Amino acid sequence: MTVTVIAFGIVKELFGGSSITMDIDSGDSVEQLRTRLEHRYPRLKAIASYLIAVNNEYATPEELIKATDEIAVIPPVSGG
Amino acid sequence: MRDIQLTSEPLDIQSCIDLVSSPGCGGINVFIGTVREETKGRKVVRLELEAYNAMAVKEMERIADDVLGKWPVHNVVIHHRTGVLNVGDIPVVIAVSGPHRDAAFEACRYAIDTLKHTVPIWKKEIFEDG
Repeated sequence: MTVTVIAFGIVKELFGGSSITMDIDSGDSVEQLRTRLEHRYPRLKAIASYLIAVNNEYATPEELIKATDEIAVIPPVSGG
Repeated sequence: MRDIQLTSEPLDIQSCIDLVSSPGCGGINVFIGTVREETKGRKVVRLELEAYNAMAVKEMERIADDVLGKWPVHNVVIHHRTGVLNVGDIPVVIAVSGPHRDAAFEACRYAIDTLKHTVPIWKKEIFEDG
C-alpha cells in the first residue's frame, strides 16, 4: 500500500518537499516505516531523535500503520 | 478553563491575562517569550516559525489539561505564533491563574518547558551573516 509522509523543518530539505509517498507492506509498523525511510534517506539517521507522528499523535515503534493514516516525520522541535 | 491558540497574528498579552482572570484566583503567572537578537554569537535578523498546526494545537491542549490535572490552578492560556517574527516580537504567551501563587508559578514553568519539548513547532533563524 502507498502512504503519504509529511515533512517539517529540516526533514523537508531531506525529502526535497513537504511530503513524499512511500510503498509499504500492509501490517508494517512505525519502526518498519522508519527503517524504510532511513534506507531511502540515509541522512535522516543524522537527525538526533526525530519522531514519527500518526494521526497527530506521537507514535510508538510497534504501532501498525493503516493506508488512511496521516503520517509525519517530526524533527526535534524548537518552538516557544 | 483552557484557551489554546495558534495564530499568524501578533499575540495580545492583555487578552491572555483577561482570559485567566477570575474572582477565585489570587495570582496570575505569565510567561512571555520574545525573539532574542542573537543565537550563539550570531546576530538574528528575524525568525520563521513553522507549525504542524493540527498536532501543535492538540499537544498544547494536552499540556493545558496536564496543568489543570496536576496543579490546583483554575485557568490556563497558551497562545503561540507562526510565521515571520522580528527581534522583540512575541512567539508565545502562557498565562496560568489559581487561588495561590506557588502552583501558578510551577504550572506555568511546566507548561513552557513541556511546550519546548513536545509541541511540533520549528523556528528557523535568519542571521545577518546569512
